[in-house]
Amino acid sequence: MARLETFYEVMRRQGITRRSFLKYCSLTAAALGLGPELVPDIVHAMETKPRTPVLWLHGLECTCCSESFIRSAHPLVKDVVLSMISLDYDDTLMASAGHQAEAILEEVMEEYKGNYILAVEGNPPLNEDGMFCIVGGRPFVEQLRMVARDAKAVISWGSCASFGCVQAARPNPTRATPVHEVITDKPIIKVPGCPPIAEVMTGVITYMLTFDRIPELDRQGRPKMFYSQRIHDKCYRRPHFDAGQFVEAFDDEAARKGHCLYKVGCKGPTTYNACSTIRWNEGTSFPIQAGHGCIGCSEDGFWDKGSWYARLTDIHAFGIEANADRIGATAALGVGGAIAAHAAISALKRARHKGDV
Amino acid sequence: MSPAADAHRPPRFLKAVYVYEVPVRLWHWINALSITVLAVTGYFIASPPPGVPGEASANYLMGYIRFAHFAAGYVFAIGFIARLYWAFAGNHHARQLFRFPFWNLGWWRELWTEARWYLFLERKPRLYVGHNPLAQFAMFWCIAVGSVFMIVTGFALYSEGTGRGTWQDTLFGWVIPLFGQSQDVHTWHHLGMWMIILFVMVHVYAAVREDIMSRQSIISTMVSGVRTFKDAEAPADADPEPPPPRITLEDARVPAAERERAG
Repeated sequence: MARLETFYEVMRRQGITRRSFLKYCSLTAAALGLGPELVPDIVHAMETKPRTPVLWLHGLECTCCSESFIRSAHPLVKDVVLSMISLDYDDTLMASAGHQAEAILEEVMEEYKGNYILAVEGNPPLNEDGMFCIVGGRPFVEQLRMVARDAKAVISWGSCASFGCVQAARPNPTRATPVHEVITDKPIIKVPGCPPIAEVMTGVITYMLTFDRIPELDRQGRPKMFYSQRIHDKCYRRPHFDAGQFVEAFDDEAARKGHCLYKVGCKGPTTYNACSTIRWNEGTSFPIQAGHGCIGCSEDGFWDKGSWYARLTDIHAFGIEANADRIGATAALGVGGAIAAHAAISALKRARHKGDV
Repeated sequence: MSPAADAHRPPRFLKAVYVYEVPVRLWHWINALSITVLAVTGYFIASPPPGVPGEASANYLMGYIRFAHFAAGYVFAIGFIARLYWAFAGNHHARQLFRFPFWNLGWWRELWTEARWYLFLERKPRLYVGHNPLAQFAMFWCIAVGSVFMIVTGFALYSEGTGRGTWQDTLFGWVIPLFGQSQDVHTWHHLGMWMIILFVMVHVYAAVREDIMSRQSIISTMVSGVRTFKDAEAPADADPEPPPPRITLEDARVPAAERERAG
């Protein structure tokens, strides 16, 4: 196989001027939150580094991550896919199919052993030997293990790959399992969200290709630059929360005035994501701006935390679904009753034995 | 032993013992106050009061509620650390809260006796200078362990607001992935509140009831520090050596004024 072109060579070949190339590098630096002094680093990397092969696998998923990814505006997904990475395998986006497509997988794995990035959308189901998700005639979990073996790093796209998402929600009949529980010997970058924000996805890829290292991760393995703050921390409705002004029902006056959606179940205060800053569809809007609370789609197990319209989580251990307040109040009522009964008996006993002690 | 027989014997035990030193009593009431503030504001943080009218810039209701919660949380946590220090610096009664004598068979037996007293199966409760084993059991799990649980989960949630890299995050941030996610820590912290409310209900009831029905003072003891006994039998947890009268005199380091007040 011929030497892979650098990013710069590919862009020049596509008729992009050097001036446009430099503008693109500046924009990428800005999108990553980097200072202007780092632009030359990006230029240098783009000019000298060969494009990195990316193998994009699809397990149990709904393709919403891909749908989000192809809508990236900064950088344009076209630039990412055609200029920055060498997306050698992605069965949803690639032209070839069947055996031809599967052959590419093995070819890249051999040619770029230890140098390609594995991006996983969806997760492997482990029940019934993985038979709930078959790719190219084999269980997906086998394909995942095989491709991960020689990968440089693994990107877990979306909540499916990161945490399990809807297919891993109770009772999880297929035993859908997040990627990091199957692949344990590679650095894994979790990019949760259902789907993740397009610019977050391309931003993570750009960072990894430009600096040839994985971004700094938090305790849960998410890139700090996009998942360090809660939706609540940067929400434009936050002043209404602090003031104590809440929407009580979706058709009330407070809803029309755009007050805080906390009382109708917004999960913004417990959700780490960049929606309230980057927003969606080229920065047009995000759920809270559209008048609906955050559902916490980038958090572990968000399907199992009860209603999207209630703040308090349902606790399943108690059989019938109940939240902390219902359990607490019931217990308090029980204990209160017991105390009253006990006090009554104590009084009776005391009356009967008056003067004994 | 019948009360009549008791009356003829010389008193073996002083009727008042200084049990709770000033820091313990001070901590008890500060703790009671901070728990009250924490429970009320904590409940409102989960279920906010009805929305206030007017401009957002003119109101700060949730801000004040959350501030009160965090301030009381700091008082609660610092108080707990100070109380922990006093367990080492103070008298042996100050240590009881943090001790769980799991391997002491006699302690379990006394706990059973105390449980029987509460189930109306014992005619007479035993006398204790400090906590009875049943009380010690509840104190250890609900207050010693329960406070640590609430402080750790509370500061973990607080660290989400102070942000990555702050000392709250460095010390307590690991708690959040341990429980799953932020929402789960909220739920457990909330259940912890109810656990403490249940403890307070039982604690207040038992204190009032014991004050009336048992043979020693309870509520006034947490004010004055002096435990008074209504009969002259030796408490079950009095030190056996040296002989009771001397040891109690030594124990009863009560200022003259307080001894008088305690009778």
